[in-house]
Amino acid sequence: MDEQLVQQLINGLLIGFMYSLIAIGLTLIWGVMNIVNFAHGDFLMLGMFTSFWLYTLYGLDPLFSIPIVTILLFVLGLLIYRFIVSKVMKGPMLAQLVVTFGVSIFLANLAVFLWTPDFRLIEKPLLHGTWELGGAKLSIPKFVASIGSIIASVFVFYFLKKTKMGKAILATEMDREAALLMGINTDRINSLSFAIGAALVGIAGAFLSTYYYIYPQVGGIFGLIAFSTVALGGFGSIEGAFIAGIIIGVAQTLGGYIFDPAYKFAIVFLIYLIVVWIRPQGLLGW
Amino acid sequence: MRNYAAKQIVYGLVALILLLLFPLVIRQPFPQHVMILVFMFGMMGVAWNIMGGYAGMFSFGQVAFFGVGAYTSTFLLLTYQVNPWIGLVLGGLVAALLGAAIGYPCSNLRGHYFAIASIAFGEIVRTHFNNWKLVGAAEGLSLPMMDESFENFMFHSSKLPYYYIMLAFLILSVIVCYLVATSKMGYYFRAIKESHDVAKVLGVNVVRYRLIAIMISAFLTAMVGTFYAQYILYIDPESVMILPISIQIVLISMLGGAGSVMGPVIGAAILMPVSEITRVMLGHKGTGVDMMIYGALITIISVYQPKGVWGLVSGNGKRAK
Repeated sequence: MDEQLVQQLINGLLIGFMYSLIAIGLTLIWGVMNIVNFAHGDFLMLGMFTSFWLYTLYGLDPLFSIPIVTILLFVLGLLIYRFIVSKVMKGPMLAQLVVTFGVSIFLANLAVFLWTPDFRLIEKPLLHGTWELGGAKLSIPKFVASIGSIIASVFVFYFLKKTKMGKAILATEMDREAALLMGINTDRINSLSFAIGAALVGIAGAFLSTYYYIYPQVGGIFGLIAFSTVALGGFGSIEGAFIAGIIIGVAQTLGGYIFDPAYKFAIVFLIYLIVVWIRPQGLLGW
Repeated sequence: MRNYAAKQIVYGLVALILLLLFPLVIRQPFPQHVMILVFMFGMMGVAWNIMGGYAGMFSFGQVAFFGVGAYTSTFLLLTYQVNPWIGLVLGGLVAALLGAAIGYPCSNLRGHYFAIASIAFGEIVRTHFNNWKLVGAAEGLSLPMMDESFENFMFHSSKLPYYYIMLAFLILSVIVCYLVATSKMGYYFRAIKESHDVAKVLGVNVVRYRLIAIMISAFLTAMVGTFYAQYILYIDPESVMILPISIQIVLISMLGGAGSVMGPVIGAAILMPVSEITRVMLGHKGTGVDMMIYGALITIISVYQPKGVWGLVSGNGKRAK
């Protein structure tokens, strides 16, 4: 293997871990409520902007603004669930599909209105530079972001499997009626899942803001990739989303390297189409 | 029952006469342009409805058919001097074949999976056209200036011919949708929508009828694509292949009422003027306010009128499910 290939592989892994974290938030919402949150990418964008403004206005490094971003996005998730999403839960499926598109368009353009469509960058984050690893370069902010993503994912996994609240979420995901009969307040579980999903993508946003451009439409492509990741992993499956994120990250960079960088996202979507053709329920779905 | 049908015909004729007279009375270009957009998106909504409203495949990738229609006729016109009317038919056929090619592997996908797959399909097509040198890649294609005539499908001095051609297309699509909805095929579509498994058990060839629905829908959508190219005279991937157009098509169908023949037309008649007027009044500064209103509108419609307005308009609740 030549050095370039190794470098691409590393880059793929690094972006893949971010995709994993973004997708875990989405799959939680999708699995519990059977709703596709098309505003997920825009939650990411809000996380990035929050981190950007905390840095620009108060000099707070993105690493330290993570708790604030998490809480802010958690509350936003609660509000959007309570006032918008919960209202269409019993409506026709088409309304459920479309409603978050409306939220997405609104949020992205609210950002344009408030902060203009300009591209921004956090200029001197605490984490910067690269490590040399035997010819390959490892970007420090990307590396730390990946570690952060893994920690957050493990934390969510632990929360779902070990705590009472987490088990209630998983139970609701498996069978809503049965969970209701067991005395689980499924409406509360819904709002909690939506808020946790939003908080997770907020964390991803804060990490991304240390090395990625920040602009109102940034959520678009990340959102689309997150859908493919979730469907690839099998909807509702946390493990599936985590693995699929890494697969997609690597496929994107390697595909871009081997074929043509312009096609890197098309390759991701193509992989998605091939997988759902063979396994319509996704890799780890049931 | 007969009374109801007679009423429908009378309403339809009155609406048709009003639409035929509209551009003769209102001569400003902007309202005429908005009406042409209403017809275009109305027709694409009707086409979406055959797939989504009847056969239950919620496509968020219709823009690929629209774009392929526009590109096929324009490319043939530029390279081989193929008459746009022939290009229109060929574009429809190419789109239908593409729809079948993508629909076949997706024939087991349901609900959200199909919706996401259709987004992926649309994005792949857009990416490809953005990099495909043969059709001008990201620079797009400009149509050659030709003499104004019906045969050339090109008019410079007035929007009137475009208006009437698009109106005729829309009527054609409504007739096609009506024939599909009332035929045996329409019942098969609805059976598939309600449940794949039950339809299969009843002996409906699910894959075949899903493909037929996609192909009809793709053909009609591609026709609008060719019309757009002949009307605007310039196409590029970022104007004829972007996701927001697909979303607009879904919204129109939903707002009007998916699963009724005229629903999408009514949806287009409400949504297109609103989005065009807010765009013209508020969009020029690029502040995003127009799109904010649009996004809020979508959200409000989904929450408060999730079944569309057709149920309200038709009154007696005779909405096809």
